[in-house]
Amino acid sequence: MANTAFQPREHFSSSTCYSLLPFRFDRRDNGDRLLVNEVGEFSIVAADDFDRFVAKTLDPAQPIYSELKAKHFLADDSSSALFDTLAAKYRTKKSFLDGFTKLHIFVTTLRCNQSCPYCQVTRQDEGAGAFDMTEEMMHRSVDLMLAGPAPSVTMEFQGGESLLNFDIVMEGVRYSKERNAAIGKHIDYVICTNLSRLEDQHLDFFKEHKVNVSTSLDGPAYLHDKNRPMDRGGSHATVTRNILRAQEALGREAVSCLMTTSKESLKYPREIVDEYIRLNLGSIFVRDLNPYGYAVKARAAVGYSSAEFITFYKAVLAHIVEINRGGHTFPEAFTTMVLRKVLTPWPIGFVDMQSPAGAGLSVVLYNYDGDVYASDESRMLAEMGKSTFRLGSVLENSYTDIFFGETMQMIASAACNEALAGCSDCAYQSYCGADPVRNYSTQGDIFGHRPTSGYCAKNKGVIKHVFDQLLNADPDLERIFWAWISREDVNRMRLTEPAWLSR
Amino acid sequence: MAIQIRARATAHGGSGRVLGRVTRNSVPIEVRGDYLRIVPVDQADTDDLTGYVAVLFEGTPARELTEGCITGYDILDFLNDDYVVAVDMGNGFTRVLYRPESLHNAIFATERCNSNCIMCSQPPRDVDDSDLVAEHLRLIDLIPAPPARLGITGGEPTLFKDGLVQILARLKERFPETPLTMLSNGRMYAYEEFVEKLAAIGHTDFVTSIPLYANNAADHDFIVQAKGAFDQTIQGLYNAAKHGLAVEIRVVLHRQTILGLPALAEFIYRNLPFVRHVALMGLENMGYVKKNWDLVWIDPVDYAETLETTVRHLFHRRVAVSLYNLPLCVLPSSLWGFARQSISDYKNIYLDACAECGVREHCSGLFASSETRHSRGIRAICAPQ
Repeated sequence: MANTAFQPREHFSSSTCYSLLPFRFDRRDNGDRLLVNEVGEFSIVAADDFDRFVAKTLDPAQPIYSELKAKHFLADDSSSALFDTLAAKYRTKKSFLDGFTKLHIFVTTLRCNQSCPYCQVTRQDEGAGAFDMTEEMMHRSVDLMLAGPAPSVTMEFQGGESLLNFDIVMEGVRYSKERNAAIGKHIDYVICTNLSRLEDQHLDFFKEHKVNVSTSLDGPAYLHDKNRPMDRGGSHATVTRNILRAQEALGREAVSCLMTTSKESLKYPREIVDEYIRLNLGSIFVRDLNPYGYAVKARAAVGYSSAEFITFYKAVLAHIVEINRGGHTFPEAFTTMVLRKVLTPWPIGFVDMQSPAGAGLSVVLYNYDGDVYASDESRMLAEMGKSTFRLGSVLENSYTDIFFGETMQMIASAACNEALAGCSDCAYQSYCGADPVRNYSTQGDIFGHRPTSGYCAKNKGVIKHVFDQLLNADPDLERIFWAWISREDVNRMRLTEPAWLSR
Repeated sequence: MAIQIRARATAHGGSGRVLGRVTRNSVPIEVRGDYLRIVPVDQADTDDLTGYVAVLFEGTPARELTEGCITGYDILDFLNDDYVVAVDMGNGFTRVLYRPESLHNAIFATERCNSNCIMCSQPPRDVDDSDLVAEHLRLIDLIPAPPARLGITGGEPTLFKDGLVQILARLKERFPETPLTMLSNGRMYAYEEFVEKLAAIGHTDFVTSIPLYANNAADHDFIVQAKGAFDQTIQGLYNAAKHGLAVEIRVVLHRQTILGLPALAEFIYRNLPFVRHVALMGLENMGYVKKNWDLVWIDPVDYAETLETTVRHLFHRRVAVSLYNLPLCVLPSSLWGFARQSISDYKNIYLDACAECGVREHCSGLFASSETRHSRGIRAICAPQ
């Protein structure tokens, strides 16, 4: 017969002996501790509980004990199965490494028809044909891309202004498809262009080959045109007209814009967002200035401190949240990536905020002249005379030379924030990344110095702000954040009514 | 009204249990070994009754009875032709095993279980029932046409080990298209070789429904009254995922699970992202629930807020979530879209208060066992405009 002599809960309790698992923490303004572990799980713990926790005197009967155990901050003698889940979560969070380099950037030309003071490249005049990628370079570069193990790659055409050398873009798409027929990778195509020279034949080609368009829009005309003067003027009018053309031809989802924050931009957080909404763009990516190219020389004119940027970012985000509360789905891309890192078990594919760093491991750049660089920023640095991160040449080197050579090993030695001073004990490490290229360019060595690092100040500022938002979120804000994470309409994230009720 | 599934009679000779497909009409002699003949009162003089696994007489006929005949049943109207039925030849106890028109058919695998949950609606019995495997295989052979769906339940079906592998293989062979849901505590899945064997059958629509009651071993093990169960179940879930066996999580909602429910939802999302569905289930007032009433009972009206938080948590994270066994009137209307009509037809009732209700046709109703003891929130709801 059934055994009805039930045992009390105490009979099943853990022992009073536990070990701490690796985690890092921060003190929040109200005194609570924010704990974050290797797999990005976090817990808010009251100060006195935290002291007991680290002194190993926390009572297993307390709910916080169960939480810390379930989230893998502590382990006791009944945790054997939980180690497998921890391992699986760690593998999942680092699975952006699976398949190796995925983003392949092709510099089609250095020529450009704009003269932006913060240009991160070092543009050449429109007529300078010596700065165009040749067919041979394109072929060799594509061969290298297809030689890698990634089952899915993105082929991104960049410039200069890539439409000024459109023949090579077409050849790149044609040749990659031809060579890939026997290999069978999935290839996404993206072209980065200021759209100023957009013609119908370009759109026809993009449509036929499913090429997504990435362009730059800094805000309303008075701001955009100040940031991005074109030789013959009127760049805002042109780009906005052509954004609409491209949206119409390719669909709204196929056109995205990058926004670069200049000193002037700081005055217009709302206006910038409203301009994006006016143009029916699906999202915005609020980027700070990269310290490369002309942006370094022009620092006094266009630069600002990290603190100024964070203030600006908060204002932008607040405005965006209000827009979403009104039922219009419009995510901020950087916030969305941080949210995904904090709230989900999944990794993100953003190469600028990964550990191991994206350079070479997740992204590689083929320059117009056949040189291969670890990232877009690496070639910008080379244009300034420092070819530190040149991995080799498509003409002279093999796949192994390029991806496993000395330069790559040098980059890898500083690629893990788990092992960088100032990062190794930072509460936000699991949500952040490493950027040896940027460290080198701004601080003179690949390991960098966190207290004076703009990368650190900006990322930490944003992540902390996202936590402040999250921990005080009402159900509506949660719904908006999850819509961003899931790429869903904010209105469809309300609890679904049954069909018979809405009928 | 709940549906009748059992009948008793005066037995007439014989022993052991036989299975057969119900018929009231004569079938060819060569297939009679699969059939169980019912003889209505007014046809008691039917001659040709040889070869059937059993013959059930409504009433007591005047004729001389042969082996395999059982008499003295009331009118057996509830036994339609093509039902598969088990008859105890010793005492005439007759139980329906399969009804073709029902969506709630299940193979009741075993009464044994390796857990002893404090709210078990069907407490386990420690009996030797290894011969049941053969009976279940026979049942599968007797089912006349592919079921729309089929359950495997218990007790704990995985205790059959290789017997379960045989059952699943037979189902795959006979009804490859029929979706199967097996209720299991998943502990045996901690043995990877066993999971490999089940996965090797390659049934493409086989889901194991596994209960998880807390995000930690102490609470879960207390609820299932088995030390080490949490670790085995977690390991089992991982093995299932590793070998491609689909799993869903079931959580019975009661006083010992409600407090930790939101944390459990987060645990499932973070640690078991391969889980395809989470079902949150109201309590059935049967078995141990009656015995442990004060320990487990909490009125759904009193946990509505926690339930909404939990459903929202999973919904935001794109985890499919359903509510079973909870009438609409005890739920906030925001959760109506998640409520399913989950109670098996044969034990499903509505109360007097439901007669006036405008949403009754969409409601789960109640378990028959809740007729007298149920939520204070039961009431008629006006039909939505």
